[in-house]
Amino acid sequence: MGRSLKKGPFVEPKLLDKVQGMNRRNERKVLKTWARASTISPEFVGHTLAVHNGNKFIPVYITENMVGHKLGEFAPTRLFRGHGGKLADKRSKAR
Amino acid sequence: MARIAGVDLPRNKRVEVALTYIFGIGQPTATRILAQTGVNPDRRVHELTDEEVNRLRRIIESELKVEGALRTEVSMNIKRLMDIGCYRGLRHRRGLPVRGQRTHTNARTHKGPRRAIAGKKKATKK
Repeated sequence: MGRSLKKGPFVEPKLLDKVQGMNRRNERKVLKTWARASTISPEFVGHTLAVHNGNKFIPVYITENMVGHKLGEFAPTRLFRGHGGKLADKRSKAR
Repeated sequence: MARIAGVDLPRNKRVEVALTYIFGIGQPTATRILAQTGVNPDRRVHELTDEEVNRLRRIIESELKVEGALRTEVSMNIKRLMDIGCYRGLRHRRGLPVRGQRTHTNARTHKGPRRAIAGKKKATKK
């Protein structure tokens, strides 16, 4: 089910505050965040956010056409190394 | 011959159905267009007058995105997802289902025909 339009998109308030502060000061800093469920708002464009994937922080550079997606979409939580055998071993090492 | 948006309509079908042969027009859209133009949906395509065909053509070409243009839009949307590197884009890249379906079994529509796995023994009947 989609989110009620009345509420508007969910943007983590703390994160939005920090980013707006950075915009005012014309700062570019990588912000660590766990707010994977937060929608990317237009203010975020041009910043790099380090999004937690449950293990480490994945740096995500926000571009214009990412607006409207959620932060978590850009930090995959699963690592698939392929099934069985030598071939799969080789592939996982290459990555 | 009724030719709309680069597609030949089947001559012996009801217009309502024939219009769905155009990519981007399904049954609901077809019904709506016919109501708008005042063409009887039960008429066969070969029974239509040139004037009726023209009315249909005008409304389809001016108001709807069909065929080539629509296909381009769809593939551009998929390309966008792949370019921004989001989860849905990754699934498209790997040819797996995008909307959270299971992949343990099934998912053959998106994955395509089964590929044989080397070294895997087939289960034999006793």
